[in-house]
Amino acid sequence: MATTEEIRAQLAELVNEVAGVPVEDVQLDKSFVDDLDVDSLAMVEILVGCEEKFGVNIPDEESKNLKTVGDAVAYIEAHS
Amino acid sequence: MSLKASIGSPFARILAVGSATPSRVIDNDYLCQFIDSSDEWITQRTGIKERRWVGEGENIETLCVTAATSAIERSGVALDQIDAVIVATISHYEQTPALAPKLAHQLGLGDAAAYDISAACAGFSYGLAQAEAMIRGGQATYVLLVAGETISDITDLTDRGTAFLFGDGAGAVVLGPSETNGIGPVVWGSDGGQYDAIRMNHTIGSGVKAGVFPTIQMDGQAVFKWATGYIAKAARRCLDEAGISPEELDVFIPHQANNRITDTLLRYLKLPEKVVVARTITHLGNNSAATIPMAMDALLTSGEAKSGQTALIIGFGAGLVYAGQVITLP
Ligand SMILES: CC(C)(COP(=O)(O)OP(=O)(O)OC[C@H]1O[C@@H](n2cnc3c(N)ncnc32)[C@H](O)[C@@H]1OP(=O)(O)O)[C@@H](O)C(=O)NCCC(=O)NCCS
Repeated sequence: MATTEEIRAQLAELVNEVAGVPVEDVQLDKSFVDDLDVDSLAMVEILVGCEEKFGVNIPDEESKNLKTVGDAVAYIEAHS
Repeated sequence: MSLKASIGSPFARILAVGSATPSRVIDNDYLCQFIDSSDEWITQRTGIKERRWVGEGENIETLCVTAATSAIERSGVALDQIDAVIVATISHYEQTPALAPKLAHQLGLGDAAAYDISAACAGFSYGLAQAEAMIRGGQATYVLLVAGETISDITDLTDRGTAFLFGDGAGAVVLGPSETNGIGPVVWGSDGGQYDAIRMNHTIGSGVKAGVFPTIQMDGQAVFKWATGYIAKAARRCLDEAGISPEELDVFIPHQANNRITDTLLRYLKLPEKVVVARTITHLGNNSAATIPMAMDALLTSGEAKSGQTALIIGFGAGLVYAGQVITLP
């Protein structure tokens, strides 16, 4: 089982790859849209990337609730 | 009794390509009169700066005739040698007859077999798969494949999700028998579970009752998700099935749905820097079925791509449907 920090680090790589955000900025308290400037299309790709990377299923109605990096990490921890 | 079977050529290839772009240039600012948007937003989200729409005297037929005439002339194939005409379109707004027989007649192609197919933005690659099979199966020797669209006629100018996306145009190729292979195995499929991801707002019947002409609507994010996920993998399969490595590829012509989708496909496929990538979306928008042959012609005409090079093409759209193959450029 991956630790919270390991999941955050892997997610940070993904966010960097998709949206060019520096990995060190991708911290648990950061909002994707407001703090990291991730737009709606990049967010779709990040979630698709999470599904692949962590083997989780993120339904559309769930994705709306994943506003911060911490929300996404918690979802992955609970569902992988 | 012995029943004869038709026998075709071992291989087929594209002999020539032609295209037609309509005259009216529609820039983002023009569309922002009708939707709450901005040139900046449209450019950042899609890469589109302008698109062409049909103007006075231009329509699906004139565009298809121009593109087809150019492809036939460039191919050097005599008119009476063309046995079959396939038109890929979703913008011939008559239930019947199909556009292909009329086009064949206008072009002077005699009694060539002629029919339309409806595979939206995958129409060109669907048609290419059929044309290839006809030539290899002996049902035709030379085939004209035309992809033409005037989606502007079914665009709702006030719809923030689609008004800026589509451009009109046509592209055509002539295919024929070949000693060497010019068309790799088609990778194609459909997902009717997402039939409403790109849809019409009315059927013909309900549109007539409501007194409106049906327009196109889209769940943009669902399409984006499918294109950047499932379609990226399908593009990889096109290469694998053709036995071509990313290093051996010269040109990549994905359907021009959104530059951001193209960026993701590139990232996923890990194509080397030297691969020329079609980006006609910036000035032509999304031309639905016509996109791939229009982009092919543009790249060959500008000299960015060269005859004989190896190209990956893949189309995807309403249905949902997709199809792609690796081809040798004409
Ligand atoms: C059409 C597309 C560019 C829309 O982008 P999107 O990010 O999905 O747009 P959304 O509707 O989710 O809206 C995201 C934000 O942009 C805003 N927005 C939507 N349309 C807008 C427009 N035309 N202009 C300005 N802002 C717009 C929304 O209000 C929303 O703002 P908010 O986050 O502040 O609420 C995108 O979905 C797309 O290209 N999808 C693929 C479509 C495609 O390729 N189709 C053809 C297949 S053949």
